Amino acid sequence: MTNHWRDIKNADLILINGANPAEAHPVGFQWFMRAKLDRGAKIIHADPRFTRTSAVADMYLRIRTGSDVAYFGGLINHVLQNNLFHDEYVRNYTNASFIVKDGYAFNEGLFSGYDPTKRAYNIATWSYETDPATGYAHRDLTLQHPRSVFQLMKTHYSRYTPDAVSSITGIPAADFGKVADLVGQMGAPDKVMTIVYAVGLTHHTTGGQLIRSGALLQLLLGNMGRPGGGMNAERGHANIQGNTDHAISWEILPGYLKIPAPGQKNRDDYVAQSASKKQDPNSWNFFGLNYKKFLTSTLKAWYGDAATKDNEFAFDFVPKPASNASWMTIFDQALKAKMQGLILSGMTAASIGPDTNQVRQALANLKWLVVMDALPTTSSEFWHAPGVDASKVQTEVFMLPCTHWIEKDGSFVNSGRWSQWKDQVLPPQGQARHDHWILSDIFHRVKALYQSQNGKFPDPIMSLTFDYADPLKPTLDELAKEINGKDLTTGKQMTSFALLKDDGTTTTGDWIYTGSYLDSGNLMKRRGGIQDPATNDPTGMGFYPNWAWSWPLNRRVMYNRASADLTGKPWDPARPGISWNGAKWVGDVPDYPPTMSPTDPNAYLPFIMNGEGVGRLFSNGMNDGPFPEHYEPVESPVQNPLHPTNSSSPVAFYYDQAAGRPNRFGTPQEFPYIATSYRLTEHEHYVTQHVPHLVQLQPKPFVEIPEELASSKGIKSGDQVRVSSKRGKVEVLAIVTKRLGPLTVAGQTVYQIGIPIHWGDVGISADADPTHGRYWLANALTPFVGDANARTPEFKAFLVNLEKM
Amino acid sequence: MPTVTRRDFLKVGVAGAGALAVAGLGFDVALAQSTKVKQNLRIAGAKESHSICPYCAVGCSLVAYTRQNSDGSVQLLQIEGDPDSPINEGRLCPKGATAMQLAISPRRVESPQYRAPGARGWKSVSWDFVMGKIAQNIKASRDATFVTTDGNGNTVNRTEGIAFAGGAAFSSEEGYFATKLMRGLGLVYLEQQARV
Repeated sequence: MTNHWRDIKNADLILINGANPAEAHPVGFQWFMRAKLDRGAKIIHADPRFTRTSAVADMYLRIRTGSDVAYFGGLINHVLQNNLFHDEYVRNYTNASFIVKDGYAFNEGLFSGYDPTKRAYNIATWSYETDPATGYAHRDLTLQHPRSVFQLMKTHYSRYTPDAVSSITGIPAADFGKVADLVGQMGAPDKVMTIVYAVGLTHHTTGGQLIRSGALLQLLLGNMGRPGGGMNAERGHANIQGNTDHAISWEILPGYLKIPAPGQKNRDDYVAQSASKKQDPNSWNFFGLNYKKFLTSTLKAWYGDAATKDNEFAFDFVPKPASNASWMTIFDQALKAKMQGLILSGMTAASIGPDTNQVRQALANLKWLVVMDALPTTSSEFWHAPGVDASKVQTEVFMLPCTHWIEKDGSFVNSGRWSQWKDQVLPPQGQARHDHWILSDIFHRVKALYQSQNGKFPDPIMSLTFDYADPLKPTLDELAKEINGKDLTTGKQMTSFALLKDDGTTTTGDWIYTGSYLDSGNLMKRRGGIQDPATNDPTGMGFYPNWAWSWPLNRRVMYNRASADLTGKPWDPARPGISWNGAKWVGDVPDYPPTMSPTDPNAYLPFIMNGEGVGRLFSNGMNDGPFPEHYEPVESPVQNPLHPTNSSSPVAFYYDQAAGRPNRFGTPQEFPYIATSYRLTEHEHYVTQHVPHLVQLQPKPFVEIPEELASSKGIKSGDQVRVSSKRGKVEVLAIVTKRLGPLTVAGQTVYQIGIPIHWGDVGISADADPTHGRYWLANALTPFVGDANARTPEFKAFLVNLEKM
Repeated sequence: MPTVTRRDFLKVGVAGAGALAVAGLGFDVALAQSTKVKQNLRIAGAKESHSICPYCAVGCSLVAYTRQNSDGSVQLLQIEGDPDSPINEGRLCPKGATAMQLAISPRRVESPQYRAPGARGWKSVSWDFVMGKIAQNIKASRDATFVTTDGNGNTVNRTEGIAFAGGAAFSSEEGYFATKLMRGLGLVYLEQQARV
């Protein structure tokens, strides 16, 4: 989230797409209701399924899954065509005025630079026209230049008329018009809208651009950086935010530094290819400017005395991947017999998928599998799952009992970036051990093996720092201090990432957490909450700066310089983010030098982190286009009405095809119905299959079927049905419902089926019905295909057939 | 409710919501007092600790009550929403409200388990046995798949044949440590739940 849960109460209008917060994040949803009840905010819910979120929304729009780029596109077009954008913000706080190079084009669904053999773009033409002397981009603040981002955007989106939107999404044009009218009012400086989403937007082959579509709309309306505004992702696991920040992710180092690439010989090569470059004289380019300091300080934290100026602070020790190494790639490599071992911790590949049957085959191809968990999972048990002959599975499997969250302290970071410390409440149950102690023990045993035997390049293993009282059992307190970092000269904890250096005299484990753990103590433990609002919420905006700590630097709303106008006055004085009082910025922790006058001729542009200094309506940071474009899901019952010859994403990654295996995508003739998957309130992914009360509340797997479709097939609620895709099947109960219904898309009637994801062959329900759990895994159906940017699987839109059993 | 503070009152969670609903009927004092009696019985003398809900990422704060038994064991008495939190203000959903059943479970894996290639069942083994074997596997797979220099002569120092995935339920500090150790072993296949 750019903002945070409690901040949603500050909104005038709430757009919810690809999410069902009333059921999936019910306690966070209280802030949506507070906005509605206290401020009269309107809620608009666009979702394939009518849910409890829809029930309290002011408008519910039944939308075809995977078509939200067109929905947002129509809203963007409405705002542009009717001059409803926030003019001063768009001119000064976005790259609308930047001039794009001659040569950029978009025709028939393809941007300039497409190579069909590689299924990839050469993005050379997706960049600005620059001054050769300075490298700065040309700008036209009148926004009239035909190659200005503003004019190109207006042309690009002109195709997203209400009729086109209706034809793609299935939303009736009249309903869409009502939404457009409400959204269009949010460009007024004293109005603010928030967009809230979850994996219903990300789990598509256009996932990255679905999110970008919302961000573009928010920039046009001047809603980024403001309380009550922003782009707000609801995350689905307790600490997925913290562990993304800390880079358990192939493409980054802690703090969203890019992973170094082959060919980069030293830190300067790395920074030249990774960091943003200043593109306007008034851009601060803070991230780009400090990239080398952040990297060096992390190398120093990791490799200690072995990281010296002479060896580029052990830059060679950092592994450099040849190509994508994300989730599906792991299993793809196993299918190619190139992956020998896999360690899964609190994450079950067999249930998560996509394409469970293929993933299980991949697990069976491994030499060894380590599962670290408190409870059995579908991965720890895959080798003797129903229907599997264990004697034929040659994978060596280890199951290590680990402690639960409540048996250890440490922080969890919520969707709003608030890092909250928790106590160790209980001692470990039975023989369970902490995950990090297990990893340290294994690491030290591997190190001992390299000390006693020959082996490949042991230097990084020998040099890795373990500055803990007991290296085998580091405390989470010690690790939290290491993450914050210290000044090696004085021995004091660093107070800000702005003070980190590139000469090896400072350390940080993750620069965005610098400032979380000072010499005075661990700020994540702070508990100044609603027991005393006058003290703990001095601005009255709900920031609660003395409750826990949020990155960066305890800022509660990111990009908050953009919450005030050019002179430093809040766009809406009733809802200030930060404001200039003549001497300094006050309010939230400013995303700006604290005493830089906004009227100083050298004042920085508002978006300090990127090279432009402004929000990017046009970007070369994506692999599938500088503007979002609607593409059909890889499996779709219709051709793309905008460009049928390039119907689905031309750069979505087809794993099977790339590996020389046949693609396994179904056709609408064999698999005529659209399916999507989701969570229920009573379960969280798969672990809750072990929680008796929750299994009692939601005991059996089911699919939701629209009543018109059910009636045509003679299916009644409680019947057993088979739902099958090109990749697998589920056999579960039918729930016939009005929550789903027919849609008219591209002139055809289409149906969507809803599949909760929670069941499988492990857990209390499966124990009670051991023969059927084999066909309860929703992800047996989902396609093994990835978004062009993040390689996110298309869990949320695929084709199935439906039969009564 | 002269003897029960708002904070104490909210501590009863779901029961508190019911009490609020009938407050207008004039039963509030009696109900609050009876609730307090119940509360006293349940958490009297208990240690109060703070935790965070382990499920979704709203980040609801929890108050956990424990008592040390005479045999030294620690008993978890109650988990409820923390009324001081600006995030949840004491509220919990069905999952958070049943967090005790995740914390304490007869379904937990009791000891390290090992399943040899082709074996038809698990074998309970010692920690030393599994840790030793895993360390040997890691070294063997690392040595077999480690690339020092790629085809273009670039120094890459990567382990191609081992992947690590997980961490959405780690404390942040464990996650950081996992990243550091896995990169230290040369891993490039590193993943958690953000994408899936």
